[in-house]
Amino acid sequence: MTSNQATTERVSKTVNRAGTSGSVWQNETVLAIALFFLTLLLFLLFWEVGANMKWFAKGMPTASKTLSELWWWITHPFFDNGPNDLGIGWNLLISLRRVAIGYIAASAIAIPLGILIGISPIAYKAFNPYVQLLKPVSPLAWLPLGLYIFRDSEKTGIFIILISSIWPTLINTAFGVAKVSPEYLDVAKTLGASKLRTIFKVIIPAALPNIVSGLRISMGIAWLVIVAAEMLLGTGLGYFIWNEWNNLYIPNILVAIFIIGLVGLALDSVFAALEKFVSFGRNA
Amino acid sequence: MDLTSDYGTELPPKFSESAQLSIRQVSKVFPGKKGWFNRMTRTTTRDFLAIEDISLDIEPNTFVTIIGPSGCGKSTLLNMVAGLSMPSSGEILLNTFPITGPGPDRGMVFQTYALMPWMTAEENIRFAVETVHPKMDLKQQHRIVKEHIQLVGLTGAEKKHPHELSGGMRQRVGIARSLAIDPQILLMDEPFGALDALTRGFLQDEVERIWEQKRKTVIMITHSIEEALLLSDRIVMMTRGPAARVNEVLDVPFPRPRNREEIEQHPAYHELKMEMESHLFRETRAVEEARVLSK
Repeated sequence: MTSNQATTERVSKTVNRAGTSGSVWQNETVLAIALFFLTLLLFLLFWEVGANMKWFAKGMPTASKTLSELWWWITHPFFDNGPNDLGIGWNLLISLRRVAIGYIAASAIAIPLGILIGISPIAYKAFNPYVQLLKPVSPLAWLPLGLYIFRDSEKTGIFIILISSIWPTLINTAFGVAKVSPEYLDVAKTLGASKLRTIFKVIIPAALPNIVSGLRISMGIAWLVIVAAEMLLGTGLGYFIWNEWNNLYIPNILVAIFIIGLVGLALDSVFAALEKFVSFGRNA
Repeated sequence: MDLTSDYGTELPPKFSESAQLSIRQVSKVFPGKKGWFNRMTRTTTRDFLAIEDISLDIEPNTFVTIIGPSGCGKSTLLNMVAGLSMPSSGEILLNTFPITGPGPDRGMVFQTYALMPWMTAEENIRFAVETVHPKMDLKQQHRIVKEHIQLVGLTGAEKKHPHELSGGMRQRVGIARSLAIDPQILLMDEPFGALDALTRGFLQDEVERIWEQKRKTVIMITHSIEEALLLSDRIVMMTRGPAARVNEVLDVPFPRPRNREEIEQHPAYHELKMEMESHLFRETRAVEEARVLSK
């Protein structure tokens, strides 16, 4: 009954929309895009005027200066004049490489461990304190420890990514596995499925939406952390910002912020698409 | 004293020899919380006697319906037959062997379908076949899957995932999955409970048609009197819980194959219906009264 009502509602909505969409300006998406560009334009205008009128801090670059720098960096991504003058493409690849290694290692630990913890209620209770204690620790708090243990900035960076991106995946995997609908397990039991078959064919696919949303949160954290960690490490996007701060050249810092945001957005979209792909009508 | 009567006391005559499934003096108690922690925090709960001393023999190839007020332990009884939970006392015999756990000799159809959302209709059925017959060659597996998709009228929807199917179609997949493993007994836990009235009627007719083809032993739980009369050979009426018992077992004499209109013309139809209605009304009223009093 409810599904029928929902269908009727949906139909009436579509009819409504189709009925009033005589003008392009009635379309929600068109309006949203228009609003986006309008605010962007206002923001850039305010910035440009404000910087020229010296409303902001001393030495704040204008919008046009920053945009032309952005254009330059985007069109010259790969050059290498030594560690303090490296194309932003190289820096980006260095950061991505560190994130990839640390993140993949973290996932390779977190997913199997999460499954084991989720399957056993005793393990779930026993390991929960560890996870809850370590999860809120700021990733940067691990930095001195990493430097002391590894005596190497590269390994330390990867270590910090690993230790900070392990928790969301671990928690979400364990939670997803623990709350697999008992009905699916009953189906497996009545068919006489072995424990292993139940885990691989039922429990893991059932928990997959949770696992993927854990991976998505972990990726977000890894990307947040790498920039902060690299400021102290020597290469990568974080170091690029730190270096430009030492040069006191603000336009390049703004360019880097924009590129970091853009890459973060792209990484998140990949996982959003993956989440959709594994959901099959469920909302994780 | 003669020997036969002596023998008779050892083997109570109420247990039939030919029964495929024999439920013998089964009770189920859900133990309350009585640990030291609960006692300290004063959160102890009492034991809950869901089912008390139920005995029932089910002959091969009969369609048995269990009907009773809500919360009377129908599902508890079915879960014990499925082997998903164990009786607290008494035993359940399948072909004279006691049931010790779940197994593919009993197929289960769930009220909420319990289809794996990440598998297509076809894959859901194949998962069951593969699990039960891991060594069967792929061609034969494929044939069984296809056969059962045809049987329940799902041809054309094989590649769809459950969220793309209507409730009625999902339950068809559920029925196909449970039949594909060729169980001796089919257990159905309110299979049409979540469907709207029209779909429900349509699916009942389908189950009647499929039953005529397969003639499997079926135990079905339902709330619907018409459904029970249309489908079953015997109707088991349970009393309200706690400590639910079998109140009466009705034999349904209508000839098969059946259809709705014809059985309504049968002289026994209205009498059976009246009897079930008055039983259900009485029990449900008592359940409601008990609820009001306890508050």
